[in-house]
Amino acid sequence: MAEEMRGANDFQWIGKSWAQVDGLAKAKGETVYADDMFLPRMLYAKMLRSPHPHARIKSIDVSQALNRPGVVAALTGKDVPIPYGILPVSQDEEALCVEKVRMIGDPVAAVAALDEETAEAALEDIVVEYELLPSILSIEDGLKELEESELQDAQIHEYADSGNIHKQVALEFGDTEAGFAEADFSREELFYYEGNTHLPMEQHAAVAQHGADGRVTLWSSTQTPHYVHIALAKVLEMPTSQIRVIATPVGGGFGGKTDPFQHEIVVCKLAMMTGRPVKMTLTREEVFYAHRGRHPVLMWVKAGMKSDGSITALHFRNFLDGGAYGSYGVASTFYTGALQTVTYPIANYKFEAMRVFTNKAPCGPKRGHGTPQPRFALEVLLDKFAEDLGLDPAELRLRHLVPDNSLTVNHLTVTTNGLGECLRKVTEASEFKIRRIESNSGKGFGLGCGSYLSGAGLPIYWNKMPHSGVQIKIDRGGGVTVFCGSTDIGQGSNSVLAGIVAEELGIHLNNVIVVTADTDLTPVDLGSYSSRVTLMTGNAAIDAARPLREKILTAAAEVLKIPTEKLILRNGKVTTKNGAGEAVSFEDAVQWAEAKFGTLGSVGSYTPPRRGGKFKGAGVGPSPNYSYSACVAEVTCDPETGLYKVDKLWLAHDIGQAINEKLVIGQVEGSAYMGLSEAMMEEQVYRTGKSGSSGGIGPAGLHKIPSMLDYKSLTSLDMPEVETILVETHDPEGPYGAKEAGQGPLLPIMPAIANAIYNAVGVRIDEVPITPEKIFQGLQDLKKGKSGRIGPKTFPQIKFPEPIHVAPPE
Amino acid sequence: MKQLLTLKINGESHEVWTATHKTLLEVLREDLRLTGTKHGCELGECGTCSVLIDGDPILSCLILPVEVQGRDIQTIEGLAETGRSGANVKPHPLQTAFAEQGASQCGYCSPGMLMTAKALLDKNPNPDSQTIREALSGNLCRCTGYSKIIEAVEQAAEEMQKGAAYG
Repeated sequence: MAEEMRGANDFQWIGKSWAQVDGLAKAKGETVYADDMFLPRMLYAKMLRSPHPHARIKSIDVSQALNRPGVVAALTGKDVPIPYGILPVSQDEEALCVEKVRMIGDPVAAVAALDEETAEAALEDIVVEYELLPSILSIEDGLKELEESELQDAQIHEYADSGNIHKQVALEFGDTEAGFAEADFSREELFYYEGNTHLPMEQHAAVAQHGADGRVTLWSSTQTPHYVHIALAKVLEMPTSQIRVIATPVGGGFGGKTDPFQHEIVVCKLAMMTGRPVKMTLTREEVFYAHRGRHPVLMWVKAGMKSDGSITALHFRNFLDGGAYGSYGVASTFYTGALQTVTYPIANYKFEAMRVFTNKAPCGPKRGHGTPQPRFALEVLLDKFAEDLGLDPAELRLRHLVPDNSLTVNHLTVTTNGLGECLRKVTEASEFKIRRIESNSGKGFGLGCGSYLSGAGLPIYWNKMPHSGVQIKIDRGGGVTVFCGSTDIGQGSNSVLAGIVAEELGIHLNNVIVVTADTDLTPVDLGSYSSRVTLMTGNAAIDAARPLREKILTAAAEVLKIPTEKLILRNGKVTTKNGAGEAVSFEDAVQWAEAKFGTLGSVGSYTPPRRGGKFKGAGVGPSPNYSYSACVAEVTCDPETGLYKVDKLWLAHDIGQAINEKLVIGQVEGSAYMGLSEAMMEEQVYRTGKSGSSGGIGPAGLHKIPSMLDYKSLTSLDMPEVETILVETHDPEGPYGAKEAGQGPLLPIMPAIANAIYNAVGVRIDEVPITPEKIFQGLQDLKKGKSGRIGPKTFPQIKFPEPIHVAPPE
Repeated sequence: MKQLLTLKINGESHEVWTATHKTLLEVLREDLRLTGTKHGCELGECGTCSVLIDGDPILSCLILPVEVQGRDIQTIEGLAETGRSGANVKPHPLQTAFAEQGASQCGYCSPGMLMTAKALLDKNPNPDSQTIREALSGNLCRCTGYSKIIEAVEQAAEEMQKGAAYG
């Protein structure tokens, strides 16, 4: 790690591998997560949750609970009635339900007690009278038109676009009819992607305190302290200046801790009522209901292709099962359509989508947010097209790549595209071309690709302020403290922040202290979502560090009587660029700078470039740059039983420029794991209540498997080798050329597995997860002389609104 | 019902007056504030709360403290080498390797993972990667895809072998 000898143009830290700045603390068990906090006089809170999927609350009586010894306070929806939600267009959540419950697990009351056990026992003392309402549990149910008379009971939210259709979108870029007319081939396909959840190892937890100064402090396991801050101010009816939100180290997020949550508001209110600190930690079962995970999506795709493999038209239509609340759902809906054109050039494109409300846990952003489902469909579709054309699937993709510095048909700017190099490297490393054809029955190779944004171009609420702010102070001993609202969720954003400041100031990482995710101390950063942090915080950190570097060099130049432009900061010293003369320590130079300029400090900001079209919905999709990934999967599948194992994944990722190579590889491997786990086994599924149906008997809307044993995920024994290949395209928008790494590499995995299974045993699984049962069914189907395709067979015939027509860019 | 328990944890004797039905996990975290041991399910499904009892990895959420009185309980707080003054003077090679390899991302599964890995290396100082995978298969991790964890355990094993040879 010590880099003493190097040329002037080399980086000291960027592109190297260094340990996470908080890595050893984590390995020593020193890191304090939210549930590790114990404050004097702290109370423990629990929430009573609805056993019904959809019901009107007729009455709630907490008086018995309050009489129980050890209970200090109780709360119902009437005490916190102001609705909130992450998106300004879906302020549809309540800390505790006021008039009705919309899912099993919706909280209706909360209790604070001297210990957790008493709080839990006291929930049983609460009497709630419900009036049951019809429950909506599937996409088909959600799409049903409701008569005026049915609305009052069967509509989950009044603000829906129509009935239980939360949001409908119809956009057409160019002329798809003309595009289909130009095509030599076309295909129409149906796909289904089951919902799944984040399953962070840490259960959500929050602690609140109401101080003598009247201010409320919330410590919470959240990816977005800034948005929680805003939601608390609204619901508690307090100015943000009276609220402090501190994101504790997040024990796994993946998008699941990106909304403001009920328990966060409830502990604040209980702390205000009791004047004592209050903690609430969700049980694992509750985490399954908090959810906000992958939307189940039913998709219909029609694509037209010329014999050279170019896509003349794409018509993509889908239905998203949103669950009981809006969450990020409107954004998720747009994301199912936005990035198709960034991955491959599409001449004409029509996108139609509907998100429906159902009486199940709300879906939202999980790693890949809205893009894994269409990516799965389109990558499998391309595999089918390659077969039609008799082309190698990689060759088909390589023929048509989105050019650098181009605009897509839906007005997204692609600055650099490393997909070609990813494809070449990943197919070469795996010997895809030959091994795919030569492989025996049971052995298969599949390819998948994807692209993802390095941060959303627009904030969640409309404003013109920066997306990320960084503040730096330097003490007289040369210690540099960096303040930023960004939130480390394990991806290593603290390490990236420290590394960039160390690079800019030419000092060792040990001299950089990062203070992050505390609304009292740190400038706003919008949070750890949409893969935005490395690019946005990174650019803000550079913006903050460079003026300080100039001050330090200017002061040193004056003392040393050497022109500033001949000096550099490197390895904790000020030296001349050519190495002549004696080096001066960073500490001395800092003291000279403070003597000359006064107290040393600086701020830096980053605001993404204003891009994108002018049509309604154009706000979702633009990003400063896009990462690209390609994956080859090797599988072995038993042609009799359908049991399969994944032998190896080769995964190439266009990272632009790695800031910390080891952390990037960690993100790629982690994405490969999470993608593979959902490709093979993960399902967030509910009982339907209909006897004999797939849901079996039991209360409708009840999660079938809300435990870590039954909700299957890959173990260390199941995870195959992943060969990571990093491709660097040095993008002009990223800090030092960087792009995101946390989400994009997940996208190619699921289709690569489906395509590999087809290559292995000739069965097409047009659904996720790809289970041995489905493959077995496909094999049986093949034996009967049928197609061997397993996937959805019908698609609801719903009339979409007339699309907004958008002309392609000039 | 409460009971006075005497527990030997990380070589130190602790007397705890606590409810008899509380799990070892709860007593460690809530009564003794040894919060290095984490929980992911409290149902014995995820491995996060693993601690060592007489050197064997045990899920602390499934065991009652009364069963382990007089036995040697080791938690993540006791993994680092302890100097004579009682201060942790040197991280365990597994801890160093976890930090260096990036085997902790969010870090939440790390304490359980590390204690399980320690039990393995104490019994089998030179395991192959399949043996490591088997030993850790009851500890779930959602961040890393496990490979950095396996590599870290391999690195630690190597370091410990070297230490044994020269030290």
